[in-house]
Parts: sequence; C-alpha cells; structure tokens
Amino acid sequence: MNNEEIIIDGPNVVHGGDTAPTDLHGHEHHEQHFVWKYIFSQDHKMISKQFLITGIIWAIIGALMSVFFRLQLGFPDSTFPIMEKFLGEWAKGGKLTPEFYYALVTMHGTILVFFVLTAGLSGTFANLLIPFQVGARDMASPFMNMLSYWFFFLASILMFGSLFVETGPASGGWTTYPPLSALKEASLGSGIGMDLWLLSMALFVVSALLGALNYITTVLNMRTKGMTMTRMPLTVWALFFTAVLGVLSFPVLFSGLVLLIFDRNMGTSFYLSEIFIGGKALPHVGGSAILYQHLFWFLGHPEVYIIMLPGMGMASEVLSTHSRKPIFGYFAMIISLVGITLLAFLVWAHHMFVTGMSPFLGSIFVLLTLLIAVPSAVKVFNWLTTIWRGNIRFNPAMLFALGFVSLFISGGLTGIFLGNSALDIHLHDTYFVVAHFHIVMGVSAFFGMFAGIYHWFPKMFGRFMNNTMGYVHFFITFIGAYLIFWPMHYEGIAGMPRRYYDYSAWESFKHFQGINAFISIVAMIVFFTQLLFVMNFFFSIFRGRKMTTLNPWGSTTLEWTTPIHPGHGNWVGEIPEVHRWPYDYKDDGHGQDFISQTTPLRPGEEAH
Amino acid sequence: MSVFIIITLIVLVFIIIYQISKASEYATVLRGQEKMNAQANRAIAWLLVIMFILGMWGIWECNELFKGRLLPKAACRTGENYDSMFNYTIAVTGFVFFLTQGILFWFCFRFQSTDKRTTFFFAHNNKLELIWTTIPAIAMAILVAIGLRNWYDVTSPAPANATVVEVVGKQFNWLIRYPGADNELGKRDFRKISDANNVLGLDWSDPHNQDDIISQNGELHVVVNKPVKLLICSRDVIHDVGLPHFRLKMDAVPGITTTLWFVPTITTAEMKKITNNPDFVYEIACDQLCGKGHYSMRGTVIVQTQAEYDAWMLMQQAYSIGNNPATPAPAETKPAPKTDSVKAVTMK
Repeated sequence: MNNEEIIIDGPNVVHGGDTAPTDLHGHEHHEQHFVWKYIFSQDHKMISKQFLITGIIWAIIGALMSVFFRLQLGFPDSTFPIMEKFLGEWAKGGKLTPEFYYALVTMHGTILVFFVLTAGLSGTFANLLIPFQVGARDMASPFMNMLSYWFFFLASILMFGSLFVETGPASGGWTTYPPLSALKEASLGSGIGMDLWLLSMALFVVSALLGALNYITTVLNMRTKGMTMTRMPLTVWALFFTAVLGVLSFPVLFSGLVLLIFDRNMGTSFYLSEIFIGGKALPHVGGSAILYQHLFWFLGHPEVYIIMLPGMGMASEVLSTHSRKPIFGYFAMIISLVGITLLAFLVWAHHMFVTGMSPFLGSIFVLLTLLIAVPSAVKVFNWLTTIWRGNIRFNPAMLFALGFVSLFISGGLTGIFLGNSALDIHLHDTYFVVAHFHIVMGVSAFFGMFAGIYHWFPKMFGRFMNNTMGYVHFFITFIGAYLIFWPMHYEGIAGMPRRYYDYSAWESFKHFQGINAFISIVAMIVFFTQLLFVMNFFFSIFRGRKMTTLNPWGSTTLEWTTPIHPGHGNWVGEIPEVHRWPYDYKDDGHGQDFISQTTPLRPGEEAH
Repeated sequence: MSVFIIITLIVLVFIIIYQISKASEYATVLRGQEKMNAQANRAIAWLLVIMFILGMWGIWECNELFKGRLLPKAACRTGENYDSMFNYTIAVTGFVFFLTQGILFWFCFRFQSTDKRTTFFFAHNNKLELIWTTIPAIAMAILVAIGLRNWYDVTSPAPANATVVEVVGKQFNWLIRYPGADNELGKRDFRKISDANNVLGLDWSDPHNQDDIISQNGELHVVVNKPVKLLICSRDVIHDVGLPHFRLKMDAVPGITTTLWFVPTITTAEMKKITNNPDFVYEIACDQLCGKGHYSMRGTVIVQTQAEYDAWMLMQQAYSIGNNPATPAPAETKPAPKTDSVKAVTMK
C-alpha cells in the first residue's frame, strides 16, 4: 500500500518527500500548516497533548489556590504581603478576605475535579491510548474530537475570566448548592462570577459529551482485525467505562445547571422556596433546594469514578508491564469495572444522608454504597497478586502505580465510614471527608495520571523523562500526601467542619491550630515538588534522552508497534493484526519475556 | 525582600536538582544502562522499605499526638452507639489497611528486579477470586447491619414526651424558639419576617405564638436525660446543625423542616469536669457552606438539670412582648411572661 494513502490528510497538506516505511525516526511524511498541525489538529495524539498541557496549566493554578488558602488555615494570624501581589484587593495587606477564601476553595475544587482530573485525565489518555491500543488510525470522528478540545478551551477561558470579575468568582463550594448559589444577595460570588461558572460548566459538559461519545464509538467500531473486546488492554476497558459514565451522567448535571440558570435569571422557582434574604421575602414558593442536590450528585458521584477509572486502568497496565507478569484476573478486573460502573449510578444520595431524606431511602443507599467495596477490594487484591512473584522494575511510572494502589486502599477504606449513614451523620462535611476524597480521588487519581505520563511520555514525545527527578517527585509527593491528609482524618473524627476560614473562635477546634500549620507547610513543599515535575515534563519534551527502540518497556500492546514519531494515521503500512490477549508476559522462546499482541499463537499454545 | 530571597532559593534548588538529574542521566549512558538500573532498583526497594517503617512509626506518633485532643465521650445514647460502631469499623478497616499495605511493600521489596529472577505466569485462579469477593461481601454485610440498626435508631420518631424546640438558621447565626407555656409552637410565615420586630415571621393571628420565646444568642438550652426534638429550618440558604459532641448533624433547608432528636446524658457542668476544661461548651457548628460568615456561625448547647433549666426559663420573655403590635407595651407587663413561664414549668 502506498504511504500517502494511509496517512490521514488534514486540510492544506503539502506532501513532502516519500520516506521508507521502516523509518523509525519518523521524518515528516508531509508538511502540514502549523495551524492545522498544532492548533486545530484532528490528530488524536496532538489533541491528547493539548488536553494534557491545558490540564497541567489548570493544575498549577488550582494547586496555587490551595497554597493561598492553606496559608490562611495554617497561619490565620499572620499576613503574607506576597498574596496581595497575586490577589490584589482580595488579600489587602496580605490577609485573605473570607469572601475570596471561599472563592478560592470553590475554584480549587471545580478546577481540579473537572478541568484537571476529568478533561486533563480522560481527555489526555482516552485520546492517546484508545486509537493506539485498539489499533485505529484515529478516533471515529476526528473533527468531533477537535471540537471536544475547543469546547473545553472555551469553558477554560470563561472559568479563567470569572477569576477577574469585580465581585469575584463563584464561592458557593464546587457543588454550588442553591439557594446560596442562586441568590445574588446571599454571597458576593453568587453574582456574575456564578453566571460565568454556570456557562463555563455547560460548555464543559458539551466538551465531555463530544469526547465520550467518540471514545465509545471508537472502542466499539474501530478495533483492528483480531482485537476482540476480550483482547483489549484494561486501560481501554477503563477508559471505555469512563466514557459510558460520562455520557449517562453529564446530561443530568446539564439539566441541573440549566434550571439553576433559570432560577437565577428568569424568576423561576425550581430550587427556591420560602426565602427571606437581604431584608425582604422573595416571591419564590414551592421549589426544592434538595432537587438540585439530587441532580448534581447524579453526576457528582459517577464523576468520582470518571476520575478514578482511568487511573485504575493505567495502574493495571503499568503494574503488569513493569513487574513482567500478566495482570491477575483479567476477567475479574473487567467484571469489577462493570460492577463499579453500574453501582456508580445507584449511590448518589450517600452525599445527602443529612439533608433530612427518608431514613428508608437512606438505608438503601447505605447498602448499595458499601457494595462498591466488593469490586474495589477485588481490584486491590488482583493488583497485589499481579506484583507477587514478579520481577519489579522501579521506574517512576511503576512507583506511581504502586503509590496509586497504596492511596486507593487508604482512601477506599475511609469510604466505608462515610458510606454508612450512621457514621456519616457525625463525619459528614468534616475534615474526615476532606481527607477521604483528597486521598482517593485527588492524590490517588493524580498518581494514576503520573504513572500514565511517565509510562507513555516516550510514546507522546519520542523522549524519556528524567528518572532522578521522577524519583524525587514520587517520594516527596507520596510522603507529603500522607503527611497532609492522615492528620486530617483525626480532625474530622473530632468533628472539625470543612470550609471554615478560621477556627480560633471555636472551643472544640481551636487546639488543632498547630496541626493545621504543619499541614500547610507540607502542602507548600508538595506544591513546589509538582513544579519540579512540570519542569521535568517540559524540559524532557525538548531535551530528554531520546527513545531509540520502538518498545522501551518491553510491552505487549499495539501502541509500541508504531514508529517512534508516528504520523497522523499511526501505522505506516497496514494496521497490525492482533492474535492474543494483551498480557502475555512470558518467555517467547527467543529470550524475550513478553509476546506482543501481534504475534500469532504458536502451535499448541493456548489463547489465555 | 525576604520573599525574593525565598524565590531565588527555590529556583536555585530547582537548578541544582535539574543538574544532578541530568548528570545522573549522562552517567547512566556512560556506565551502562543495565548496571545503573540494577543499582537504582535496589536503592529504591530499600527506600520503599524504609518509607514503610517510617510510615508505621508516623501513624503511631500521630495517634499519640491526637490522644486527648479528640472529642470527649458522646453526650447522648445514640452517640455512644456511634462511638462503638466507629470502633468496630476502625478495627475492620485497620486490619485490612495494615494487611494490604504490608503486603504491597513486602512484595515490592521481595520481588524487586534481579537478573536471576524468572516471573511466575499466573493469570487467574477462580478459587482465590471467589475468596476475596466473598470475604469483603460478608464484612460489608456486617457493617451494613450494625449501621442500619443505629441509623433507624437515630432517625426513629421522637418520643411523645420530648421537648420541642425550633432551630432556625440564618446568615450567620442560629435563632432558637421555645414553645412557651402552651407547649406549642405557633405558625410562622416567611412573608411576615422582619429583622426589626419579627425575626422568625411569627403569625400573630395564631394565639400559640403569643408565649413563644426566641433566643437570638444561639444558646440552645436542654434538660439532661430528657428527650429533646429539634425542628430545623432555615430562613435563607442551606445551613446545617452540627452537634459534634452528640455525634449528630442535620441540614437546615429553606422551605423544608427537618427533625433531629436526642437525649443528652451529660450536663455542661459535668462535661467541664470530665474534660478538665473550665471553658468547655457544647457547640453547634454550621456544617453546610452558607456564605462568607459560615465559619463564624456558632451556637452553643447548654445541657442543664431540670432545676437550672426552670430557673433559666423563668428569666425569659415571650417574643410577642414589644414585637406583637397587639400585645401591651413591655415595661408595664414585665411580670406577665414570668407567670407564663412558671406555668410552663409546672406543666412539665
């Protein structure tokens, strides 16, 4: 087959000189205009880089916000003039105002949950890995894929812009419960900042849906010859279920947001009833503030798994590859993913045990919530068995995958407390919750993402990231995460509420001041360590050690059969055919300890 | 100035780390990938072990640090159930935590990469899968059973003899309404609210409102060993009545009335002795973000003996006095509420 026929042409392609199909250094096959190649690209690899780099920028902004409010929490009596440089009037004299403290907390949550751990994580790895690992030249609809990124970009612009409006960004918490978020009189952040938040999130939902529909279609329709569903790597399975979760739950959030926009701007009363605020009684009667919570958490809970599943998939892949062993219980892993996906839709009200809901309904949600512990436990035991009697290579990717397992265990176990309504009735909205979800869907999901970045960086950029910096990054982040969040559990057990600006007036909580200061210091160290990662990332794109072999990790999956710098279309020549499952880490009879998916079964060999 | 010094220092540290990291990368290339990787691998394996041991020590230290700083024993019966259930759950999860983390770090060390090791191709084992599906399922069933027993206990209807008190949240304090002599709370209407003379929107056409007492300082007075039922509402946004010492919490939602009942078993005075803290006070913490003053939305619960409570009640004045236009001026009728309160006491 001729080269030019294979490569998918973008607009304005000028075909350059022909290159040999075996050229591993991937000289440009054709010259594409800068705009079509790097900006409005329809190549899944470029779009994944766009998502990743946007995600990194958002992560720095979101993390910097946490540094600012940790300064307030750790040192409520001190002033930090440097904050005034960043925040201006909001930190006059170097002391955060309560309004902006709440705005920072809100934006930190929104940015990290949606912009980094949803778009930045699935956007990056679903785009990168689905076509590569199922053997497709690109997504089912590259154009929709491009739109998905640009809707995310628009959402980002609006959200970023909301930081600079006079009344400040949204400040009602990342969950933005009405009436607080619905009424301008209730809080400064419920002004124009909240409108921008809603618009931005609506665009974000559009982006998430465009992306997710594409991922699902690609997985179902674009698999290469021989790539049956049960020969797909667990990363693809995980990203597939992530997309399913997104498609089924994001529209519900969208409807919730639209109703909130109506309540804010058009005088409807979906969420408002019997309110006296700003010196007058409002005309709204008959709405229910709890309705919003149901709509929000119907997305909000699956969202947790939208964040967790890609990490689970990537950790499975990385653990298996770097311990040179097949993943243990491949089918059990898929079934537990199915279980988690189904249950994710049936547990949303465990965020609402103390809203006065019917105790009977509450008990159903307790049962369903604790059921999730079973597939989660299966996954953990399978990961542990995967590394058992392996030959473990501790490179940064593997370390982060191991850290992922450790943090997933720690954060998962505290979920057993919170999912049980009789315990939640005390622990709800305390620092126990903060510790729980930061460990499990914050740090743990980030660890999954880091494992993915270190592991697939050579595939993305044809170079390696620096190992030594990776080790420093891992150890400080891992130890730091436990130092920050472990003590928070105790504060939560003591009933210390979350989202407080200052605890000094509280007899029951003021003696935790020293611990809060300690947590803040560690948080800042961890923040700077992340900058080290960012530095490593960007320097390695240009200066990293070059990849000289196609398959540096000795991996079985298809992405490592593409050239070092794959063009648009991924494979030169025909797409490889798949003959076996993706975890054949065993002696291939030629001195290698793995067998690529493209290798036909040997005579007499069983197909897993 | 110091800020710039700190920034310069951070940048310098970054440059140093970068230089060292690049140097080690070149060294790897020079001295041979394999050898260096093997060395690094061994070092990392040991670091993981050291980190695990330090982590266990850190958990111990953290326990010591928080000893005596957590909440005192629960001040109501359901709270005691909570505490014991919490301990069961800690026992189960703690066991799993130490077991799995121990295994994880042990495997890391034991199966670190060496030239000699051949891996064991172990793709699945149905028996193992069955075991570790069933055991967590049984453990969860037990925790759910304990949890639901306590949950139905906490959320059961309040006993008929419970004192009814209304707790209303507003930005940013708690308004507490006692029913007064007739033992019945009168009707409210949010349209009648006025910050000047009707903070809760009492409907003066309802005679039950005439003797209702509203405390605006956030003090909730309750009698020890006597059930109290809270009717919880909000005037504006969602708040939450958090009672950490009673291990209870309930949202205050505008337009919806939620309830919470409990039997306080330890008076504030007794708790001061138990905690050895003369400043001890039961606090009501708002636990649902309600605006810029959320962190200062503090109330207190005063648990008293019946006699102390009666004496306190005697000093309270019905809200209608001075606020209800139909009620005579307050100065002359000062004794009137007192008789009301006395009646309230005798009725109980």
